[in-house]
Amino acid sequence: MSDQSFEPHATEFAPGDEGEGQVRTRILGYVVGLGLAVVLTVTSFFIAGTDLVWQPSIPVAIIVLAIAQMGVHLVFFLHITTGPDNTNNVMALAFGVLIVVLVIGGSLWIMANLNQNMMPMDQIMQMQR
Amino acid sequence: MFGKLSWSAIPIDQPIPLVTGAVVLVVIAAVLLWVVVRGHLPYLWREWITSVDHKRIGVMYTLLACVMLLRGFADALMMRGQQAVALHSQGYLPPEHYNQIFSAHGTIMIFFVGMPFVIGLMNLVVPLQLGVRDVAFPTLNSVGFWLTATGALLVNISLVVGEFARTGWLPYPPLSEMTYSPGVGVDYYLWSLQISGVGTLVAGINLVTTVLKLRTRGMTYLRMPMFCWTTLASNLLIVAAFPILTATLAMLILDRYLGFHFFTNEAGGNVMMFMNLIWAWGHPEVYILVLPAFGIFSEVVSTFSGKPLFGYRSMVLATMAICVISFMVWLHHFFTMGAGPNVNAIFGIASMIIAVPTGVKIYNWLFTMYMGRVRFATPMLWSIGFMVTFLIGGLTGVLVAVPPADFLLHNSLFLVAHFHNVIIGGVLFGAFAGYTYWFPKAFGFRLHEGLGKAAFWCWLIGFYVAFMPLYAVGLLGMTRRMQHYDVPEWRPWLLVASLGAIIILIGIVCQIAQLVVSIRNRAELRDRTGDPWDGRSLEWATASPPPVFNFAIAPDVSGEDAYWAMKQRARQQGMDDARPDYRDIEMPRNSPTGFICAFFATIMGFALIWHIWWMVAAGAIGAFATFVVFAWRDHDEYVIAAADVARIDQANTAERRALMSGAA
Repeated sequence: MSDQSFEPHATEFAPGDEGEGQVRTRILGYVVGLGLAVVLTVTSFFIAGTDLVWQPSIPVAIIVLAIAQMGVHLVFFLHITTGPDNTNNVMALAFGVLIVVLVIGGSLWIMANLNQNMMPMDQIMQMQR
Repeated sequence: MFGKLSWSAIPIDQPIPLVTGAVVLVVIAAVLLWVVVRGHLPYLWREWITSVDHKRIGVMYTLLACVMLLRGFADALMMRGQQAVALHSQGYLPPEHYNQIFSAHGTIMIFFVGMPFVIGLMNLVVPLQLGVRDVAFPTLNSVGFWLTATGALLVNISLVVGEFARTGWLPYPPLSEMTYSPGVGVDYYLWSLQISGVGTLVAGINLVTTVLKLRTRGMTYLRMPMFCWTTLASNLLIVAAFPILTATLAMLILDRYLGFHFFTNEAGGNVMMFMNLIWAWGHPEVYILVLPAFGIFSEVVSTFSGKPLFGYRSMVLATMAICVISFMVWLHHFFTMGAGPNVNAIFGIASMIIAVPTGVKIYNWLFTMYMGRVRFATPMLWSIGFMVTFLIGGLTGVLVAVPPADFLLHNSLFLVAHFHNVIIGGVLFGAFAGYTYWFPKAFGFRLHEGLGKAAFWCWLIGFYVAFMPLYAVGLLGMTRRMQHYDVPEWRPWLLVASLGAIIILIGIVCQIAQLVVSIRNRAELRDRTGDPWDGRSLEWATASPPPVFNFAIAPDVSGEDAYWAMKQRARQQGMDDARPDYRDIEMPRNSPTGFICAFFATIMGFALIWHIWWMVAAGAIGAFATFVVFAWRDHDEYVIAAADVARIDQANTAERRALMSGAA
């Protein structure tokens, strides 16, 4: 739309849109991000298959690495920052995280509770015989 | 070659769907013939089918909802008729047909009446209220509408080709698994909802982006009309909740088509996971429907009381609180299915808490009316009818939110009465209020007032006569979805309920008559000012119907109730005579992308239902190719010259000025 007054929020950028900045620094940012992502991925695969670490800690380690991976993607590739031009994106992310936590956490809790209050499946099968 | 499809799919032995299908086909053929013979086809193609104008798309959504309301209501009449006669007998509907009817009734009323009605009104009104020229993604908007229409079409095809689901409006496994539902009914349900669900999701993304990113000068968040706030909340819920529905139905599809075990009893599947996930979508869904209705009532009550909305900020807060809490209550739909007391108690309390922001809203509307000069026009009647009816529905809702009470009332007709109480009294009354209120904006003439009031009274009285008996018969122990029954005590209540359905039928006849009479008398009902109701928000600041670019000059907003402030200024200082500085306006070009995509999606959906795999591939390739062609388009806007903008705008301003000086 040619009418400039129709773009009142021109200071905000969609994720992935860069305003200004040197091409070189931007490429550097992506390379650092790629490096971190690769390191985190390789580490997860390494930990999953190794016996160098205490076995019960492996799931926790993989969860931590996965969350770190998400952080790397958000910062280096989706360019989420704490700047004022990024409020909408941060709000959207916060809302998304809240809903995911509610739905997944709630589902785990509900399903665990349902099973606690049911007779184990093999006993039900016994009763039917 | 044709998968499971053969001539036996046509229900030759069942006269009811066959005759209905034949009548519908004759009507469609007659309409098409009329359109072609009178030469309206190029006009329809250019101005409506390929339109990316948010107003046109909004009107088409609403029209789809109205047509599907007739289908869904026909199902309701048949069910009431069946239960009125089916004491100690089979009635006139065989069980397998009756089960399809109640499943189709629920599916259609939620997905193809409620959703398109509120999305249509949001599409029509929100860009106008924000003072902008279109939604954020105009072509995507058209794609969303046509995919919704595809879903509706598939559900209707199931009437004559094959069958519809017999599982209820949510296909609970294991009944909906291949073992117990080997026919194509559940597949019709799944694919029509998957396809229309994509449409709903893109509509939600589009409207969220529009509200967040496209607002006119000075339109800060806390100056937006309440309808824009409820639109934002409702579409945030669409974006958050509809992927859950899509994923859940996709898992059921995998179970049915590829022998997976997500929801089976064998091989580690868990039936309860379906109930859990479907309601994690299903409860936000009811707020997706009712929040826009709350916004409509806010606009209507404030306009017809001649006062700003009471407690605007508390209303915003209540809306956003409902938006978040609606994701914390879903277990109350399956209290009785084995959860322990601590889980039930927490979700019961959350369900009662969500009534608090809703109560805040009711008080705000009441205080908006208090000391106002209330004009009892039709939209206001719907709003007052809503406040009383919705209050009763809300209170019975708090009652069933108490887990011990719910153990008695679960799956009874009491529950059926409760949710019809809130959906008819909330969503449908809101949709009708918005339809009457914004009709002059969309078409340039008002609806006939007398017939509108007659329709309102028939609906209101008919609703109470139809559903209050269901509360009673629910307490007497009647469960939902019964094809026949053997308890004579229930009979009188069900007879009264069918009388109520007939009163509602008279209301619908009044609404059809109202539309016909209004179109015939449109010259007398013409709205020349663009502001027939003495409105307060920006949609009334432009002509009725608005020009394609909505506003010749972007409005400058300096407070809440933007248009009311402009009118006050004009009354005190006289209208501004300076000729505005018109500029060229670029508008998005029309595109057949949506229609062609939906055409291929229809083919693909139908082929998936009947396992015709070559046709699935053809439909998928076609839809993807359409998308690629659209993506490579490099000429996507056209310019309206400043001189044309000036001509159109000056004509409207002159008309307004003449009327204003005549009134003064």
